[in-house]
Amino acid sequence: MSQTQTALVEVKNLSFSRGSRVLYDKISLSIPKGKVTAIMGPSGIGKTTLLKLIGGQLTPDSGEVLFEGKNIHQLKRSELFEVRKRMSMLFQSGALFTDMNVFDNTAFALREHSGLPEAIIRRIVLMKLEAVGLRGAASLMPSELSGGMQRRAALARAIALEPEMVMYDEPFTGQDPISMGVLVKLIRELSDALSLTSIVVSHDVSEVLSIADYVYIIADKRIIAEGTPEQLRHANNPQLRQFLDGAPDGPVPFHYPAMDYQKELLGASD
Amino acid sequence: MRLTDSIADLGRDALGLVAGLGKAGLLLWGALVQIPRPRKGTPLLVKQIYVVGVQSMVIILVSGLFIGMVLALQGYTILVDFGTEQSLGPLVALSLLRELGPVVTALLFAGRAGSALTAELGLMKSTEQLSSLEMMAIDPLRQVIAPRFWAGFFSMPLLALMFTAVGIYGGYLVGVEWKGIDDGAFWSILQAAVEWRQDIVNCLIKSFVFSWVVTWIALYRGYQLVPNPEGISRATTQTVVQSSLAVLALDFLLTALMFGK
Repeated sequence: MSQTQTALVEVKNLSFSRGSRVLYDKISLSIPKGKVTAIMGPSGIGKTTLLKLIGGQLTPDSGEVLFEGKNIHQLKRSELFEVRKRMSMLFQSGALFTDMNVFDNTAFALREHSGLPEAIIRRIVLMKLEAVGLRGAASLMPSELSGGMQRRAALARAIALEPEMVMYDEPFTGQDPISMGVLVKLIRELSDALSLTSIVVSHDVSEVLSIADYVYIIADKRIIAEGTPEQLRHANNPQLRQFLDGAPDGPVPFHYPAMDYQKELLGASD
Repeated sequence: MRLTDSIADLGRDALGLVAGLGKAGLLLWGALVQIPRPRKGTPLLVKQIYVVGVQSMVIILVSGLFIGMVLALQGYTILVDFGTEQSLGPLVALSLLRELGPVVTALLFAGRAGSALTAELGLMKSTEQLSSLEMMAIDPLRQVIAPRFWAGFFSMPLLALMFTAVGIYGGYLVGVEWKGIDDGAFWSILQAAVEWRQDIVNCLIKSFVFSWVVTWIALYRGYQLVPNPEGISRATTQTVVQSSLAVLALDFLLTALMFGK
């Protein structure tokens, strides 16, 4: 790639398959420090899987993932846990702990890892909740929050330990326009204010192009396009155009592979 | 072709069974072989003992009372023909201590607490709470599995003892209060017949074996399930079926070892 900033995460020749289905075939990408990098692609191609590979929850068939030059998948469990304290992940479902209120959810990692006294933890948690606009909701349980609020609460939890990198898994899916706008603004602001490295995995084209610094587009087990949002808007790769424009038919066919239509309709007698 | 297919199936099932046992063993090993951290672990354990043990008490106590009463009534109608209705005490107490207490408690526990554990873990897995713990650098085996395992392991023998005690009281209600057996005779013959080592210790040993197995199956099924509604319902059913079968089979084995001489 063209950028020369230092990369926080580098994925090199990574291949991964689930059973007999190949999800990734030797893909390489790099996530620069302090930028918002987006990974886009149609649903069902395993974008979440890519985040889990980067986070070391899954092991690739071949290839490597380097976090600051260290191969994630060759670390010992304790070393991996040390690396994970520096990254965090916002799950698609929010993944808030259902038996704790918003405050305790946000405080959870701090209480586990920071060793700070409760009075300081309280202040940090209130600051994080203020940043996502949920300070007033601190005592609510996750089940009492709307979908958008759950995701914001999960975001507060994800940044509680002040990680260097946040991975967002489909942050915009299933959100109404207002909470979508709030999330877009939050992701961009957090990235700028804390110089956070962000990886956004999504298929919401306009939102992603509006906040990303650099975009990778994945389809068919490999990266079909990459570049800044501006470069992508002017690209004329047909597969990419279909995805960005949302055209129903194109290189990705509308029809599931089938035998000839006329033959199947008329040839039923034999 | 048919024959080779069925042999291949048999082999596959056997391999699957061994692999499952291995995974279940690793799960338990990972959860239990840890340096204990009492300050963080204790509140988690207390909470789980409440959920797994205390919340199962109602069904255990009510069932114990009724089973004790039924046992006494059936026993009385037979014993009275031989004029030996005063042996009702040992009949009820020994049946409960040696068999019904541990076994019925384990079956009820599998249905009440085991299925709940599996479903809860399934929910945590399908909403990615377990993944999210992993990503926060917290070991879900230590945080989630271990407290639930210890809570189940220690709660169930206590529940079995309560079941037995309430059952004996049910027998007393039917035998003494209703059918008019002599109060003193009921208790003194019962007391003379029950032995510490042979009856009470064996009751506890059975209970601890059952609670280990039932809790283990419930946690393994929950941790391994396919995280969608269908997977959760399948896994809870499997928990109840497999732990019930395991309890009954192990009961025969333990009875043979304890009383089969």
